[in-house]
Amino acid sequence: MTSSELTADRMGSTQTSGRYLRDRLFVCFGLLATLLALIALGALLVDVVRDGAGRLSWSFFTNYPSRRPADAGIFPALIGTLYVISLTAAIAVPLGVASAIYLEEYGGRGRIARFIEINISNLAGVPSIIYGLLGLGLFVRFMGMGRSVLAGACTLALLVLPTVILTTREALRTVPNSLREGSYALGATKWQTIQHQVVPAAFPGILTGLILAVSRAIGETAPLVTLGALTYVPFAPSDIWSQFTVLPIQIFVWVSRPQAGFAENAAAGILVLLTLLLVLNGFAIAMRDRLQKRAR
Amino acid sequence: MAVSRRIRRAIEFVIERTIFLCAAASILVTAGIIFVLLFETVEFLREVPITEFLFGTVWTPLFFEKHFGVLPLVTGTMLASGIAMLVAVPAGLLTAMYLSEYAPAAVRRIAKPVLELLAGVPTVVYGYFALLFVTPALQALVPNLSGFNALSPGIVMGIMILPLVSSLSEDAMRAVPNGLREGAYALGATRMEATLGVVFPAAFSGISAAVVLAVSRAIGETMIVAIAAGQQPRLTLDPRVPVETMTAYIVQVSLGDTPAGTIEFRTIFAVGMLLFVSTFLLNLLSNLLRERFREEYS
Repeated sequence: MTSSELTADRMGSTQTSGRYLRDRLFVCFGLLATLLALIALGALLVDVVRDGAGRLSWSFFTNYPSRRPADAGIFPALIGTLYVISLTAAIAVPLGVASAIYLEEYGGRGRIARFIEINISNLAGVPSIIYGLLGLGLFVRFMGMGRSVLAGACTLALLVLPTVILTTREALRTVPNSLREGSYALGATKWQTIQHQVVPAAFPGILTGLILAVSRAIGETAPLVTLGALTYVPFAPSDIWSQFTVLPIQIFVWVSRPQAGFAENAAAGILVLLTLLLVLNGFAIAMRDRLQKRAR
Repeated sequence: MAVSRRIRRAIEFVIERTIFLCAAASILVTAGIIFVLLFETVEFLREVPITEFLFGTVWTPLFFEKHFGVLPLVTGTMLASGIAMLVAVPAGLLTAMYLSEYAPAAVRRIAKPVLELLAGVPTVVYGYFALLFVTPALQALVPNLSGFNALSPGIVMGIMILPLVSSLSEDAMRAVPNGLREGAYALGATRMEATLGVVFPAAFSGISAAVVLAVSRAIGETMIVAIAAGQQPRLTLDPRVPVETMTAYIVQVSLGDTPAGTIEFRTIFAVGMLLFVSTFLLNLLSNLLRERFREEYS
């Protein structure tokens, strides 16, 4: 073997090993990028717990807002959130599930159904703050609801409606056609089939979708701020016409204050909010698993 | 018997009509959005010429001397969203490539729920994180970084959008037929060469649909920028100084007690209209790209 041949051979092998080296480097970058998500989530949680855990006490849950950070609590915001979210679910769930049933079971490939479908997927992409402007113009002013719990719930209901419809449709789609045909064969009408066969079979999936939609509504701040929900509320809402605030708005107000004490309050509020979301999602997953087992 | 059948048929008919109306209600929502925005915007444009609104460079509707040039809000929005995309696109695509082409099942089992959790965190929480954790941390690295700036909320917004980019791009890459990968391996390609040279180009329209959707999400994102970017509409591309985005402006006015019917009040609907139109066009583009991707592989 001549020396020039040797060099060529060595060059060839370094080229190959260079390519494999690059491949290994690429995996490392991919893994790093994936870890970035984990690191960000970890940093966020550690930061919030470190700042806020010290403020969590019974009085934090039962106190009203105050100018002194140490006395301030989330009672009106917590009640406001429960009020608004229950009402949101009461409006969005029947409307959304009915729409999904229409589109999936009745609509077929008709032109109107197709139009409604495109419209819903467009609505899903509208920024949440635009729903706030809609609520301000339509519910608060035009319909004269004022800045009430009802106006807030209507706004959030419209905001989560596309999510409810899309997830319910997906759940309905998983129901095998043989179930429907079996029901028809026994003489059931279309609605009887839907009511007694299709919806019960799809129920675990529908429920999970509903809880996802409600979780989204719980965390929403911008549309309610735009609507004009109060930022300082020394009372808990008493009925659907009351003015109100919600937990995310209370957090937002505290974050905007320069004093360090309020930042701690905001962190503690975030802990409550995140716990609420975690419990809700855990409940959804547990419920779905149980129902799925029973269905089998 | 015949009567009961007739009743049953009537019930069926009523139910079908009722749920049809529920489904049709969603069209009313869109109509409502367009009507509310259009109504107030037209009123606004009666007082402010559209050229001043779209091309003016000073935005001071809340001051004594009012100027209605929306460009500072537009550049603020573009700056924050641009920074977000600089974080979300590379990190999201690398994550997607890793999860789709390399990751063992065990890693996917951990990474996917973490990404879902990240996507489920309320945006006000991200705002807190940007203002009170990321900004102070960055101030140690970047000289002259003010307490409110576009950099920190931009980065945090990028992290918020990362799951969207990665999960949609991963779906697109997984839809690429295996035959293409195997062809590349048969020609002696390494995994990286197959991923970057074959899978990525094949999934390109699906991936670009994901990126366009992410841009739309960043433009419409409100709480992170309202908390951490400041409230100073400023025509600048300097990421270190306070700016104001379109969404943050709407929040700022909503927090004050601007009476309805005034020109200041109408500005939020005009800005909202601009926001609605731009996100709508981006979503449309994203849908077109996704349709094209579907056609390629069906």
